[in-house]
Amino acid sequence: MKPRNLAILLSAGLALAAAGCGSGAGSTPDATKSSQGSAAPANAPVSISVGCQPPKSNPKERSEWDADVASFQKLHPNITIVSKDAFPCIVPETFQAKLAGGEMEDMFYVYYTDVRKIIASGQAADISPYINSVTTLKDMRPDVLSIFKDGDKVYGLPRTNYSTGLVYNRKLFTQAGLNPDAPPTTWADVQAAAKKIAALGPGYVGYGEYSAGNTGGWHFTSALYGRGGSMVSDDGKTAAFNSPEGKAVLENLKTMRWTDNSMGTKQLHRWEDLMRMMGSGKLGMMIGAPDVVQAVNNDFKGKFDDYGVAGLPEAKFSLSGGDGYMFNPKASPEQIKAGLLWLEYRFLTPAQGQFNYERAKADGLPVGLPTTDLYGTTAPGVKMNDTRKQFATVPVEHFQSYVDAAANVQFKLEPPKAQELYAILDTAMSAVLTRQDANIDQLLSDAEKKANNVLAKSS
Amino acid sequence: MTTMTARGPQRRAPGAVRRGLRRNLTAYGFLCGALICFAFFSWYPMVREFLLSFQKTNFVGPPEYVGLDNFQTVIEDSAFAPAWINTAMFSGLALIVGYAVPFVAAIVLNELRHARAYLRFVVYLPVMLPPAVAVLLFKWFYDPGAGLFNQILGLAHLPALSWLDSTSTALISLVIVSTWMNLGTGTLIYLAALQSIPSELYEAAELDGAGLFKRVWHVTIPQTKLILLVMLLLQIVATMQVFIEPYLLTGGGPENATVTVAYLMYQYAFSFGNFGGGGALGLMLMLVLMVFSAVYLRVSRDNQI
Repeated sequence: MKPRNLAILLSAGLALAAAGCGSGAGSTPDATKSSQGSAAPANAPVSISVGCQPPKSNPKERSEWDADVASFQKLHPNITIVSKDAFPCIVPETFQAKLAGGEMEDMFYVYYTDVRKIIASGQAADISPYINSVTTLKDMRPDVLSIFKDGDKVYGLPRTNYSTGLVYNRKLFTQAGLNPDAPPTTWADVQAAAKKIAALGPGYVGYGEYSAGNTGGWHFTSALYGRGGSMVSDDGKTAAFNSPEGKAVLENLKTMRWTDNSMGTKQLHRWEDLMRMMGSGKLGMMIGAPDVVQAVNNDFKGKFDDYGVAGLPEAKFSLSGGDGYMFNPKASPEQIKAGLLWLEYRFLTPAQGQFNYERAKADGLPVGLPTTDLYGTTAPGVKMNDTRKQFATVPVEHFQSYVDAAANVQFKLEPPKAQELYAILDTAMSAVLTRQDANIDQLLSDAEKKANNVLAKSS
Repeated sequence: MTTMTARGPQRRAPGAVRRGLRRNLTAYGFLCGALICFAFFSWYPMVREFLLSFQKTNFVGPPEYVGLDNFQTVIEDSAFAPAWINTAMFSGLALIVGYAVPFVAAIVLNELRHARAYLRFVVYLPVMLPPAVAVLLFKWFYDPGAGLFNQILGLAHLPALSWLDSTSTALISLVIVSTWMNLGTGTLIYLAALQSIPSELYEAAELDGAGLFKRVWHVTIPQTKLILLVMLLLQIVATMQVFIEPYLLTGGGPENATVTVAYLMYQYAFSFGNFGGGGALGLMLMLVLMVFSAVYLRVSRDNQI
């Protein structure tokens, strides 16, 4: 073939590829059609795909899920649940790819950290018109529901919810001569405890903190909220973390890292690093919630008995943590209604589905972690807590101070442009933890300027 | 086709095209397979990425064309300049360390008379390790407390280093990992080139009294010039796209000391959910590499290489 002809063939290939791309990119989603509403009969068959079915590697939880699907479908014969398993349930890389490829479940799983971004990007359906069918909604904590709200519109519902606390290794506390039943309640207590734990010997770290991959900024926010600070101004247009509270967060870390030498020499930790250190029994304390203990027990060779969670020291506010479900914008009204029925059945009804603690205990699953504070002190909340304690298999007393503190803590949402701000604050966190001469005022001032640029663009 | 057949001397007999097609059917079949693969897995993503860099999209509704907004966003990002500087520095350091080391290793292997196959295997071994495993290994090596490297420095009575935790040593630490992971491939390619050099040239050089360094300078390097230049180009193109090392080892820190263009691209696309920004960065990087490659090839050709 002559070069010219080859070139024609190549160009045709490229043109075809571009044409394919164009049609894919420009196609109108079914959402527009479906969101107009349809006149399907009330009991018309409807099928919904649902994400985060427990994986095969977790057979006990999977069989509970499957049993719930079967009994739910018996109750609602017109609804078919198509379960989609994945572990972990969501990763940023596949989330966008699934949306782009039209493979996203009708009801997909999300962490709280992604909710604002997904709402802002228009990647979740507005479920406000259908939400009143959820009977337990009236008892749900308003600050928990607000996580999935934008103005008056609701875009999803929670599955688990918890405030930030202080995760600590009870075994190390005992070894260091500290009382594991009286965990630190002030940052001065934390500093003192961290020093004693670090003094146990080489490799022992009193207090661990993140500073890379946006996790540093995330934990800066947790600590800042705990001290009563804010990440952004009330109108969300300017950064507000360059404040006495923000400075106190970094000063505290600087003291522990360089004066007390209680944070270890290795820094730039990300999520799995501190989990590994906690699991290995060499880390004394870190900011976290009961889900940390669950992860350490399940995946990092720790034991429930060795850990406890206390309230975040001196905290009146807390960055909320947890997960939930949102709906694909292409889901039809019938699918959303069916999905809400399933959500209520599996995740929101006391003594049922995920709250069937009696079954979980019989199946040998851990019961007792306070990770589902959805209803506060309302009747369902009290009932749920009572049954959780009744069938507990983990030492609930290890989490009691956290539960007590959480009752008085008010949840605060993540800031707008959260990941961008976290990336900016990673710089300040990593500087304080890796450079003894780090100038905190300068770091916060630089970060504030950068954050203001990001916020100005978004507003 | 009309122009081709209109040329008198090149005019083909009736049915010649069909016969030619039938004769080369297998070849065309293979060509089609390759073209389809390239079209869908290389050119289509490139075209899509090009379009993406001018769009705002949530992958749900139709994308909106935003002109150069995405480029403006990433250029105004405070991490933009550090990302390019770090990428250029990583490439430069990788040239000094990562380009020379495999060549020297190949020369040493080529000079060996014994255990050559065994050592070749040992040198190639790191390539067979998944990058994540290799990186985790180095995470432990670099630990400022109990890490292997600081233990070795301690034995030599040298002061410990912070390695990844210091803005002054983090980038070079990544270069060392990258060099170690890719040493085997480079060494094997150089070794193949070295073994194709006629032994008579070395014998003649030895007769003329040339020592090892003179033999390398006057025989080895001129004889492997072509492969050295190709590898130089490939090395620069590859290192400018460095991602795994900062992603897994440092998360771009400390203080943006290891944030690279590819890492920032990932941040935009997957952490910030701004695919347009990620696409814009990708397009910029591609243009820089295209211009560099074109200039490099032109200069190489002008020098009759």
